[in-house]
Amino acid sequence: MPGDARPKKKTIRMIPQARTPAHEQDPAARACNFDEVNLGYLVEDAQLEAERCLMCPEQPCVAGCPVGVAIPDFIQRITARDYRGAYDVITSTNLLPAVCGRVCPQESQCEGSCTVGDTLEPVAIGRLERWVGDLAIRERWSNVPYIQPSGFKVGIVGSGPAGMACAADMAKAGCEVTVFEAFHEPGGVLKYGIPDFRLPNKVVDAEIVKLEALGIRFECNTLVGRLFTIEQMVEEMGFHAVFVGTGAGYPSFMGIPGESLNGVLSANELLTRCNLMHAREFPDYDTPMQPGRRVVVIGAGNTAMDALRVSLRLGAESVRCLYRRSRAEAPARAEEIHHAEEEGIEFHWLASPVELLDDGKRNVRAVRCIRMTLGEPDASGRRRPVPEAGSEFEIEADMVVYAIGTNANPIIGQTSKLKLDPRGYIATDATLATSIPGVFAGGDIVTGAATVIEAMGAGRRAARAMKAFLGLRDTDHVYRDDAAEPGSRPFGIERAERGFARIRVPR
Amino acid sequence: MDQARGAGYEVVARQDFSDVTFLLEVRHPLLARAARPGQFVIVMASEHGERIPLTIADYDRERGTVTLVIQAVGKTTLEMQRNCRVGTRLVALVGPMGVPSHIGQARKVLCVGGGLGVAPVYPQARGYKESGAYVIGILGFRNRDLVFWEDKFRATCDELIVCTDDGSAGIKGLVTEGIRLAVARHRDIDECVAIGPPVMMKGCAEATRGSGIRTIVSLNPVMVDGTGMCGGCRVKVGDAVKFACVDGPDFDGHLVDFDDLMFRLQRYRETERAATERFNENCRMRSLAAQPVVAE
Repeated sequence: MPGDARPKKKTIRMIPQARTPAHEQDPAARACNFDEVNLGYLVEDAQLEAERCLMCPEQPCVAGCPVGVAIPDFIQRITARDYRGAYDVITSTNLLPAVCGRVCPQESQCEGSCTVGDTLEPVAIGRLERWVGDLAIRERWSNVPYIQPSGFKVGIVGSGPAGMACAADMAKAGCEVTVFEAFHEPGGVLKYGIPDFRLPNKVVDAEIVKLEALGIRFECNTLVGRLFTIEQMVEEMGFHAVFVGTGAGYPSFMGIPGESLNGVLSANELLTRCNLMHAREFPDYDTPMQPGRRVVVIGAGNTAMDALRVSLRLGAESVRCLYRRSRAEAPARAEEIHHAEEEGIEFHWLASPVELLDDGKRNVRAVRCIRMTLGEPDASGRRRPVPEAGSEFEIEADMVVYAIGTNANPIIGQTSKLKLDPRGYIATDATLATSIPGVFAGGDIVTGAATVIEAMGAGRRAARAMKAFLGLRDTDHVYRDDAAEPGSRPFGIERAERGFARIRVPR
Repeated sequence: MDQARGAGYEVVARQDFSDVTFLLEVRHPLLARAARPGQFVIVMASEHGERIPLTIADYDRERGTVTLVIQAVGKTTLEMQRNCRVGTRLVALVGPMGVPSHIGQARKVLCVGGGLGVAPVYPQARGYKESGAYVIGILGFRNRDLVFWEDKFRATCDELIVCTDDGSAGIKGLVTEGIRLAVARHRDIDECVAIGPPVMMKGCAEATRGSGIRTIVSLNPVMVDGTGMCGGCRVKVGDAVKFACVDGPDFDGHLVDFDDLMFRLQRYRETERAATERFNENCRMRSLAAQPVVAE
């Protein structure tokens, strides 16, 4: 019918069947450099992949996203070649598309619930998001809204993803926001933890510049708790509200014999030395790193994958991963395990260390391991690993890296009266308010180690509660006239306003 | 952007105690206000520098400064000795880190400093004096040329014993000799604070073990962030593993596994030596290049 602008409903047969692959560095080449592995999409790849979205009415992907990005909406704008529009849609809910497109575990979030995924491979939402985010950095787009100063001062403790997200929302609400960071550079785990081949530090810096454009001040070299306390921020320094997002960076060890041998370290130490302190560029940078020749990493989360792949790039001859459960239970992103395997990392599933052996000079020589089998599911819903008697074996190693999780950072707990939960994390209510009025907390310091996007989601939830606490209007709901689909204004009335009656007051 | 993140921390005074030991007084009013005895800072001297932990040797809340005493032993400290003049700036100075020392109800206290450890034991001596305790200072140096702050301690302590390895100042012998003298003279010492090289702190802990004097030591393991994040500074204390940066740096000297600490401190010895040699060689080349060419 001529004149009918409504697009025909797409079906699963009409869309490109195969997922558009991202361009990647060759495994052999990339194992020797710290350049990004996933090179992302070109514009034609993004166009092709955007075609694969069915624009289904249920939109399960939006529900699957911890911050609720309007995914079909931004994909539709890519199809319409309105790239700036796509960026605007994403950034109205997610502040850091270039970061999240790279590090979110999409397979268990948006892509995991994609309708296309029921039949074919799901739409590559993460790659599309990243493409939009990278384009925005290249084109220097940033959305600085008109900000009406509210007169409130907000302090943010920690400049990681939770702190950044909270800071952005509060700045948009007109608050004067200062972010305190203990390291000499802002960015938190995005800087010290995630290596450049997965998330280049320059991408993080580009996103931080955008935050500074919102008027946010970053104060580095500031150890809150010790330089001044949370209580002092509220009582003496004039902060009307405070957000604590200090993360869960206190690394765990297992408590098995030999853990204090030289050559045994936490993944945090390895990654911080290598990423933030540039130890791989020693002696141009002063921080030393003694790369192992035969490296064993314990754990199979994203941090473990990073540690494995960093060790490989530092020139290790063999890099092995030890995990007490099987591949199916490994908490890392599927793409990371896949990339690690491609690069030649050896995986030893169902094996757990029992002792680290000494070479006689207090250096680690080998890891004694035991084989595991999977038993009944435990509290986490994953099958519990059970040691197999008499199955012990040794793996040679001159460097052993622990990536088995982290605990709450103790500094805020030591220095303030904030109520903690029994595990040492900050206790909050559902709105993320803590036991001190005006002080909110979110991210890993509340939930324990989680993902970047979950921390950002928490930062935004805390910001919402903070706005309510300060009596500010919730600026999350931006009225967007063009958000309505064609045909959504029956009789010229906005769908959102259907319930309202308009009356004309007689003069 | 740089301005918001701070343009560094100004060195306002410097004093050289010897060819290797020097003092820097750095302006940081907030830090001076927050610092307590026993705490430390992490310093980055340059953009490409490493983060090194230094115990706070003194702080002046009126002047808004903290004092650091540094021994030029490795590349970073040699470079600081060369470059940190009055008016220059440290790229990063963060702290105060660690749990402050507990200045309790002790009535008679030994404050023992060995070598560079003499500096950080000063705030403790002053803290105990202010809390009303009788303070006996014991300072150890290799020889008289290395002695510093003797007058400062004399003004604070009720008694002072200076020990030198060669006897060129004070009594001849190690600080443990000083401890033996003090313990023989005073039967009622409740506490001992010992700061210095690990082998010296180990000696002090052994010297007081028999007499049951509570002995606190301040540990200085390898650290990166100083905020509990890297775990590089883990030390064995009794049956537990502790992070010196957030659980310490003060621990019960009778429980610390010093041998473990000393082995772990050697982890980067090779790279440190290579970096120092490279630095010295560069300095030599630079000074050669700076010399005027002599005509034939």
